[in-house]
Amino acid sequence: MAENGNGKRKFKDAVGNVMTEKVQGGQFWTSVFRPGSVFRKGYGDTPRNRAYVVMNSVLYHLHPVKVKRHAVKVSYTLCLGGVSFFLFILLTVTGIFLMFAYRPTAANAYQDIQSLHTQIAFGALVRNIHRWGAHLMTFTVFLHMARVFYHGAYKPPREFNWIVGCVLLLLTLLLAFTGYLLPWDQLSLWAVTVGTNMMGFTPVFGSNVKFILLGSQEIGSNTLLRWYTLHVLMLPFVMVIFLAVHFWRVRKDGGISGPL
Amino acid sequence: MVEIPEHLLKRSREARGAAKSSGEDDAAAEEVKAPPEESTKAPKAQASAKSSGGIPAHLLERSKAARAGKSDGGAAPPAKEPVAAGAGAGKGASSQRPTPAKPSGPARTQRLLAVVKSGSIQTTKRDPVDKVNTWPHLLSREFVALLLVSAFLIGFSILVNAPLQEAANPNETPNPSKAPWYFLGLQELLTQFDPMVAGVMLPGIGVAGLMAAPYIDRNRATKPSERKFATSLFTMFMIYWAVLTLTGIFFRGPGQNFVWPWSDGIFFDF
Ligand code: HEM
Repeated sequence: MAENGNGKRKFKDAVGNVMTEKVQGGQFWTSVFRPGSVFRKGYGDTPRNRAYVVMNSVLYHLHPVKVKRHAVKVSYTLCLGGVSFFLFILLTVTGIFLMFAYRPTAANAYQDIQSLHTQIAFGALVRNIHRWGAHLMTFTVFLHMARVFYHGAYKPPREFNWIVGCVLLLLTLLLAFTGYLLPWDQLSLWAVTVGTNMMGFTPVFGSNVKFILLGSQEIGSNTLLRWYTLHVLMLPFVMVIFLAVHFWRVRKDGGISGPL
Repeated sequence: MVEIPEHLLKRSREARGAAKSSGEDDAAAEEVKAPPEESTKAPKAQASAKSSGGIPAHLLERSKAARAGKSDGGAAPPAKEPVAAGAGAGKGASSQRPTPAKPSGPARTQRLLAVVKSGSIQTTKRDPVDKVNTWPHLLSREFVALLLVSAFLIGFSILVNAPLQEAANPNETPNPSKAPWYFLGLQELLTQFDPMVAGVMLPGIGVAGLMAAPYIDRNRATKPSERKFATSLFTMFMIYWAVLTLTGIFFRGPGQNFVWPWSDGIFFDF
């Protein structure tokens, strides 16, 4: 233990010592903070710890321990895939908060959204983040696709991941579109009317397609329930599966493409 | 640079010590067990091994002892307790460790069952590549990107409220009624083509074509200068799509008629 000029132990040092020896050195601490964690006793910025950071974290484990030097440059991927994924997570979190306040019935939906703005603390902020985030994500996914195309990253061995990506694009659009109906205001109702009318022009099965989409002949409570279920449950579920395949394939196909 | 954990160092030190001492022991045992002529020949063999092949003496001795053991009619020398019994590796490991000069039982044989070619299911060409650690080089950049996106999104959400118009009313059609912006290109196509073509066939062909792109484009080059046709075609489609969308957002008014946004206003909401 360190001593100060007067030969007395400094309280701070004593506490620090107990912290490192008893707490950081203890079984509980070392079982929670695995090698590579900055909270671990004796952490140092060594190549070994740099590898452990990735290996011992389920989240960072999406990445390999090492990546091509050119691939970490922001100018290559523009972070568009990563940002799309981050927005998806952000939308999931804010979406769960919105679910606490929202009932998907024609009688309640609109007022629930209104009360987010007028009665619920931070309700408007969460709704705004969810809505603007959704628009932003649609946009970044488009841009990500363009970036992939301009790098020729859809060429072998990445053909299949391009197809998975196309499915992700469709899922993103469907998520955005099903969410658009939920506020149940004039904007939602008529945007969805226009959209579903277009699909009603499908040859031969037109009216069937429209009926399946709407759950009835006209947009109403059935449609709202159906699109709500798709929006909060089914589409995110399918999305997560395809995202998992997408990320897995990025690694199996030899990491990020390039350099050009 | 590379830290080898203390317990591994200790274990290897012990193992090395044990190997040395047991080797000496075996040599001593050899002297006693082996037939007299063998033991007299041994030093010579050792000398020749040193001068020519470089085969370690104890291996030569072991093979000789094995041969002698066979001609003896399989009279195995008594099992010798390995000196390294307690040397870190545990009982099972130490008893399995082949101690020199112990040709007990029939000679071990090995069979070639199959030759497995190296390579993986998804073969990617592996040239040596210049790599960096994900942490900190990639993760730190991702972290900054996430912070910037979060800051932008939260800031924008504080400043601008999401639209909320009057409650849905099926009996009152707003004029114009527009699709969300990502479908406005399609809605715009409706003004140019028959609804079945614009609403179903063109988007269907578009999506199918997009998915089939890797199989249509047979050119393997990724350098922009070597795939000018593909990039030009894609850019043309993108521009066409952007023009359709922007027209739908800014230049369409009541009855989907053309308007100038600066004189007539914008008929659009996100
Ligand atoms: C929800 C939507 C999507 C997410 C979250 C996503 C995520 C990602 C991420 C994180 C990467 C790693 C490289 C990077 O950040 O650029 C990536 C790569 C890739 N993505 Fe996506 N993506 C999505 C949609 C798409 C779409 C729409 C396409 C194409 C139609 C696509 C095709 C690809 C391909 C081919 C790669 C490999 C690129 C390379 O090796 O350079 N993805 N994606």
